[in-house]
Amino acid sequence: MSESEQPVDLKSYIRLCAVIFLVVLCTTSAMIAASFSDHLGSGWTGRVTVILGIAVINAFLVAGYLMHLLSEKKLVYTVLCFTVFFFIGLMGLTLWAMGNFPVGTINH
Amino acid sequence: MEIPYTVKNRPDTGIYNAKLGVWLFLASEVMLFGGLFSAYVLLRVGAPEGHWPHGWLDVRFGTVNTILLALSAITTLLAWAACKVREFGKFKFFHGCTILLALMFLGIKSYEYHDKWIHYEIQLKDGTFADGHLEEQDDKQVVLHGRIVKDEKDLYDLRAQKDIQLGEVKIDRASIVKMQNYGPWHNTFTAIYFTLTGLHALHILGGTLVIFYLWGPGSKMYKTDPERFTNRIEVSGLFWHFVDLVWIFLFPVLYLT
Amino acid sequence: MQSNVQQFPPNRTEEADAHADHGHDHGHDDHGHHEHHEPGFWSKYIFSTDHKVIGIQYGLVSLSFMLFGLFLMVMMRWQIAHPGVPVPVIGPLLAAVLGQPAAHGIISPELYNSFGAMHGTIMVFLGVVPLAFAAFGNYVVPLMIGAPDMTFPRINMASFHAFYLGGLVMLVSFFIPGGAAQAGWTSYSPLASTIPTDGQAFWLVGMVLLITSSLLGAVNFIATIIQLRTPGMTWMRLPFFVWAQFVTAFLLLLAFPPLEAAGLLQLMDNVAHTSFFLPTGLAVSGPVGQVSGGGSPLLWQHLFWFLGHPEVYVLILPAMGIVAEIIANNTRKPIWGYKSLVYAALVVGFLAFIVWAHHMYLTGMGQGIATFFQATTMIISIPSVVILTCMFLSLWGGSIRINTPMLFALGFLPMFGIGGLTGLPLGLAAADLYLHDTYYVIAHFHYVVAPGTIFALFAGVYFWFPKMTGRRMSEFWGRVHFWCSFVFMNLVFMPMFAQGIKGMLRRMSDGGVNYSAAKVPGVIDTLPGTVMELNTWILWAAVGLGIAQIPFIINLFWSISHGEKVKSDNPWHATTLDWQTPTPPPHGNFAHEPQVVRGPYDYSLPGEVNDYTPQSETGGKSAH
Repeated sequence: MSESEQPVDLKSYIRLCAVIFLVVLCTTSAMIAASFSDHLGSGWTGRVTVILGIAVINAFLVAGYLMHLLSEKKLVYTVLCFTVFFFIGLMGLTLWAMGNFPVGTINH
Repeated sequence: MEIPYTVKNRPDTGIYNAKLGVWLFLASEVMLFGGLFSAYVLLRVGAPEGHWPHGWLDVRFGTVNTILLALSAITTLLAWAACKVREFGKFKFFHGCTILLALMFLGIKSYEYHDKWIHYEIQLKDGTFADGHLEEQDDKQVVLHGRIVKDEKDLYDLRAQKDIQLGEVKIDRASIVKMQNYGPWHNTFTAIYFTLTGLHALHILGGTLVIFYLWGPGSKMYKTDPERFTNRIEVSGLFWHFVDLVWIFLFPVLYLT
Repeated sequence: MQSNVQQFPPNRTEEADAHADHGHDHGHDDHGHHEHHEPGFWSKYIFSTDHKVIGIQYGLVSLSFMLFGLFLMVMMRWQIAHPGVPVPVIGPLLAAVLGQPAAHGIISPELYNSFGAMHGTIMVFLGVVPLAFAAFGNYVVPLMIGAPDMTFPRINMASFHAFYLGGLVMLVSFFIPGGAAQAGWTSYSPLASTIPTDGQAFWLVGMVLLITSSLLGAVNFIATIIQLRTPGMTWMRLPFFVWAQFVTAFLLLLAFPPLEAAGLLQLMDNVAHTSFFLPTGLAVSGPVGQVSGGGSPLLWQHLFWFLGHPEVYVLILPAMGIVAEIIANNTRKPIWGYKSLVYAALVVGFLAFIVWAHHMYLTGMGQGIATFFQATTMIISIPSVVILTCMFLSLWGGSIRINTPMLFALGFLPMFGIGGLTGLPLGLAAADLYLHDTYYVIAHFHYVVAPGTIFALFAGVYFWFPKMTGRRMSEFWGRVHFWCSFVFMNLVFMPMFAQGIKGMLRRMSDGGVNYSAAKVPGVIDTLPGTVMELNTWILWAAVGLGIAQIPFIINLFWSISHGEKVKSDNPWHATTLDWQTPTPPPHGNFAHEPQVVRGPYDYSLPGEVNDYTPQSETGGKSAH
């Protein structure tokens, strides 16, 4: 966001920020509710999925609006796409490898 | 000699140098925290049944810190917007708020660290475990504010136990087998908790120092080159938002699950 | 032009910049003006923000580290060939400097382990990467793309200082009680956390500094290549060297942070006694270690090799870039298959992130994951072969000009070929189970890096030396250096293939004596005497390799002041922009912003007077 963008209006930013803050408050409460709710079963798997899902919404707001990723240039998208891909590769393949020991051998 | 595109956007890429630089840096940060989060997942998945702690951290503090960081992210954006419309006074106000919020965050974080530091688990000779916050100790005895459990497993999942009674526990030094506080060495949860939040706190500290510089002595540039100064605010803001983004995942991962 | 030689390294005050911008016609009145602005020694040589000075700083420091790494290697080879025998000549020195671990000039097993770990660390992180990526990249990339400097000159300086500091920490660790790190350059846990020395903590702190340096450098390189290309320098007009550096920078940017994460975790293990990589029930020489347990040693290996494998391409890609430039220049024709080279480099860079676990077949991983990593490993060999093939085909039909840089570049091709092809059996799990951790592996990756990458780096030194100093290095001694290095390199590493296939394990301080047929007669599969004898051969070949570097060292320093002066700014008649600058380039590089109108390798264009057409030269036909 440098020159050649649409003129900035401070008031509209304050409005946007107020909305984002309210949503962040709601999502945070929702996460806490999901963490303590009795309706999500006794195990942690479903609960973690729901909570992380809400966290992703939260992260989307910060990245999309506060970091204005939604109106960013292709170059930045390209860099971030590769980064996210390799991050998924790192975590996914490591987890796969750690879960894929032959039957009967000791894990870890 | 002047390096091109330090202020203006390069036409074909559409961004200026520092912005590309900070996004590349953030990409590497994604991989840094990505590696640590991968470690977290593996340690958690690999922990023996019933040995991954739940409810060890106080959700109230985590929530307050989440809100503080969210607010500071917003004031950072507004500080940049104020620079953009050339309202220097408002910029000073908003970024002043950012610095205060960041310091409050660090204050709460250090209180939480302290709370873990004085929290002890004591293995007793009769096979039971005393657990609680240290009140006082001398050569003869140790006084905890906590409880005694029969099975060490009861100390892991605090969320599953509805009515935990805490009281004063006096322990004879002679009956102690092992006494250890909840430092990073306690188990893999405290280890990853201290490492992740510690590295995150270092990022907060670094970001605060940069923002403080731009707010204080560095703001002289506003008078000579306001556009470049605005870019600096934007770039440091991007870093700050990333730090907030990391916390958005740290909070649920460590406090809520 | 010759008067400019005295400006080396170029001045860096604002006033000097203004003059540089006006070109060199003003050179005669520079003296009077400069008297009161002349930057001092510190800002000129130590705290310089000029990419060329930083490049030379990186170059000299990393060459020194490589020499030190070579010294460690020769010491290790002595110990392998003559275990327990005092080191001749240098032994007393070792004993005096290092004390107990080198008592009576004998290298103890602990010291051998230290030397092994530090040889690997120094060669990879303090030698080849800083030379290939940081030194050549810093000096050449901005020149090639027509930029006045790197995008972030001060970050560039910080990057060098972080590197230098990291190197110092590594060196200091030799002198602390317990000695330097002993767990190999891979620092596998739990070994790295159980050896009683603080050297490992030093190693980790040093690594964090080196990683920080690489990250800053990578950000700077990518931003420079994207943002500071001069008008007309489109992506497909970039010299292949720039492409190679671009891909390398991305590898460093995205693969290094997970190792930094792992390094922090291991540092916590060693300093704060956490158990990230220490399993439950860990026993250290008998009793169970006092750790909480619950950690995973394999996690370290995953995080380490997530960097470790891309690191191989960090070592090799810049070398390929240098070789491509030199081959195009000395065959006097366009490099064959420029686009294939570029796409192959990009594919290599992409795939480099998803092959890492082929270093871990022996960790008991399952078939599914092993098959996946075998497949990606085999696939990544395709673009590597494409690159090598393009370079071989570039030689076809060229009127090849033989000089020292070209000799080293030509030497690179078969050496890298051997290194690459012997890697295929290691990429297949079944063969790797047998060859893993033998000397075969050592021979394989040394063929890639030592006669491969390091030859390319020598080629680069000889090639760009005239641009850096305005003088050539001695051609005769250059050739002596090449042929001796070539012969001794092969004598050192070729026998290791045989030793490895016979089952000699690496990392043994006695060189396998305890497994030799002489020690345990009658046992099947012991190491026969012929294999053991090779250790002596390798020792003397290694000594010869060390001696072969003396002509290079003398040539390098002697030529700075006594070499033959070049007659023009473009002594090799090259097309790329780095040769269109004054010699040596002043601060800011170009007299005026160059305008690029053609591809990077317009050699021998039909109808042109010269057999080279610089990228910035208008008129004539363009190949691209």
